[in-house]
Amino acid sequence: MISAQGLKRAGSDPSTAIVLLITVLGAMWSLFAAAYAPDAAMRGQSWLILGGFLTGIFLLVGSIAGGGVVTDEREYNENLIKAGVIASLFWGVAGLLVGVVIAFQLAFPVLNIEAFGFTNFGRLRPLHTSAVIFAFGGNVLIATSFYVVQRTCRTRIAGGIWPWFVFWGYQFFILVAASGYLIGITQGKEYAEPEWYADIWLTLVWVVYLLVFLATLWKRKEPHIYVANWFYLAFIVTIALLHVINNLAMPVSWLGSQSYSLFAGVQDALTQWWYGHNAVGFFLTAGFLGIMYYFIPKRVNRPVYSYRLSIIHFWSLIFIYIWAGPHHLHYTALPEWAQTLGMTFSIMLWMPSWGGMINGLMTLSGAWDKLRTDPVVRMLVMSVAFYGMSTFEGPVMSIRAVNALSHYTDWTIGHVHSGALGWVGFVSFGALYCLVPWLWKRKGMYSKALVDWHFWIATIGILLYITSMWTAGILQGLWWRTYDALGFLEYSFVETVEAMFIPYVIRAVGGVLYLAGALIMVYNVYRTIRSDEVEEDENVIAQPALEPAQ
Amino acid sequence: MSGKKSLWSDLHKSLFEKNSLILTVGVLVTVSIGGVVEIAPLFYLDSTIEEVEGVRPYTPLEQLGRDIYIREGCYNCHSQMVRPLRDEVERYGHYSLAAESMYDHPFQWGSKRTGPDLARLGGRYSDEWHRDHMRRPQSVVPESVMPAYPFLETSELDFGNVTAHLRALRTVGVPYDDGMLEAAVSDVETQLDPYAEDYDGFQERYPGAVMRDFDGNPDQVTELDALIAYLQVLGTMVDFSTYEAEADENLR
Repeated sequence: MISAQGLKRAGSDPSTAIVLLITVLGAMWSLFAAAYAPDAAMRGQSWLILGGFLTGIFLLVGSIAGGGVVTDEREYNENLIKAGVIASLFWGVAGLLVGVVIAFQLAFPVLNIEAFGFTNFGRLRPLHTSAVIFAFGGNVLIATSFYVVQRTCRTRIAGGIWPWFVFWGYQFFILVAASGYLIGITQGKEYAEPEWYADIWLTLVWVVYLLVFLATLWKRKEPHIYVANWFYLAFIVTIALLHVINNLAMPVSWLGSQSYSLFAGVQDALTQWWYGHNAVGFFLTAGFLGIMYYFIPKRVNRPVYSYRLSIIHFWSLIFIYIWAGPHHLHYTALPEWAQTLGMTFSIMLWMPSWGGMINGLMTLSGAWDKLRTDPVVRMLVMSVAFYGMSTFEGPVMSIRAVNALSHYTDWTIGHVHSGALGWVGFVSFGALYCLVPWLWKRKGMYSKALVDWHFWIATIGILLYITSMWTAGILQGLWWRTYDALGFLEYSFVETVEAMFIPYVIRAVGGVLYLAGALIMVYNVYRTIRSDEVEEDENVIAQPALEPAQ
Repeated sequence: MSGKKSLWSDLHKSLFEKNSLILTVGVLVTVSIGGVVEIAPLFYLDSTIEEVEGVRPYTPLEQLGRDIYIREGCYNCHSQMVRPLRDEVERYGHYSLAAESMYDHPFQWGSKRTGPDLARLGGRYSDEWHRDHMRRPQSVVPESVMPAYPFLETSELDFGNVTAHLRALRTVGVPYDDGMLEAAVSDVETQLDPYAEDYDGFQERYPGAVMRDFDGNPDQVTELDALIAYLQVLGTMVDFSTYEAEADENLR
């Protein structure tokens, strides 16, 4: 019965009604769009959107009929995290797979299937970047942040049905955005390709995410907000700000798929790279630093190395990062003072980045033996090492003279992937390897050896990727500016394209290895979940939260 | 452990770590400073809002071509920003001016050159070359890794709604006047016909716009017409034989 203290059914509470209202309004809008959209792309996509909202209505009505969402205040909400773990793995494999496909397309253009434009590189590349950054990375961040905030506040996630709205709303956003790219719906701004209606939906989901996170902080049973939560909060708040401003646009029709961005030319360029670089800074860095600050101390059972360093790391990182965007626009029509500011702050950014790296690595003090015995710890430590490497490479590339050579080349692609595969990928895999046994109450992963295999195969994959892209990028940069003895340009552009063949093949092989590692992980997770070796239940809210070192 | 440092730690502990709203506001203020200082001036400085003679809004056909350029994700491999470096200026042409993309919603400067820069593509190749290139890039550039776009020349251009496109662009600041909006639909076909009745009116609305049948198929208005019209106007609006970078109005 519902009499037990703390147990609450949210069947008839207003929040379920509000979610139901949102889905009904959404369904009505998509029905109108299906009927009256001025462009063919929207007439097609509106059916998918309608299907999504109808599924939502169906599930909500079913839930209300069954008595509503059960909220047991005595327990952490772990089903939410389990769903997030599975979604992360799914999108991770999907995003990597598309990455491998487009890597091979660049080496073998015949793989762009002519008959239908939707498999062309130009449409699949945003699918890859969005799938790995926002679908995989986003799900990892949402799942781990919901896990960490519950544990470090020693309270159940706030908001009844709302955390579930965040989870499913986010998956829906991914589906709408991804299917849109394939049928040619895009804003044409890198890493911000989803069109206006998907952007509005994501804004709604994101604001609810922020409120759920804050409400959970408000009802915490710990006196202080743990350092991982500072980083998660900065990530959520700043991404909201960046997303809203960079996506300001005027739709061609309120029922159509197309829009024109509010800004043009140089203003649009800087707004875009302010957004783009801080998607790196706050999505791919601050958010995942939250993971580092919880999962590394927890896994090695040591306090964070330095509390003071955490404070300096946090505030200097978020202050400096936001200035770095103009380094994407060196030697362009952007005024030189803005370029210089961007470069200066990018170089300054090296310091907080390495402060954070030191804080993460030194947390292993007294537990270095775990590097040998625990492949998950090795993965987490390797991720921090890659974080250090790419946050050193980044400032170097932001120097105007270096950038003159590296910009527009594959060196940038290599740099991004040493951060994405090495840092973001490995810290995510490490956290997921921790979470799976914790959530499904297992003694450990099904096979430690497979974790080891994943680690080594993926590491070799990353090395192939970044070394081939260094070679490719520096070669492009040098050949484009090579003059012969008579003072003429030595190489035509297409000669540099031809020279990319071998690096592109090596890069694709590196991608295959990284994907293979992820598939090994999926198998390992599947066997772990399916095994019936259950550990004692520690889901009940009792354990003390981690205290940082003083 | 100096006293000053622990004072700061204590303050941090009792302020930001105790109150999530103060932490949220602190984050918002901290991350706003850089963006405001760098972006806001761009809306006021002469060098970023200057107008250069010759730069005009895109014709309806060019704008629809630009939409196709964006739809196909061309920016993933092609930049539109020539940097003022010796090799780039010799390879591509005059470096790009801020004014040249003042009507680009959104900008398409790009970030990667898997293929060459396109900022000065207009007029470099014939329409026939572009047709062959879109049909099968390797037929004109054997080493190319570009995907083929044969479906463009068979896809009917959807331009019935082009007035709404121009109106949305006008809302965000492109100076399309009422006459341009009224004539938008017919201007698509007018531009494809060098003997069009409204030739003079069109040239008055869009001075210097090239008028011809871009896809070589006068019976049909295709997506290829629009795309080639856009590619052929890229970088051609400013006449660099008379443009003086050192002139007073262009000094920044």
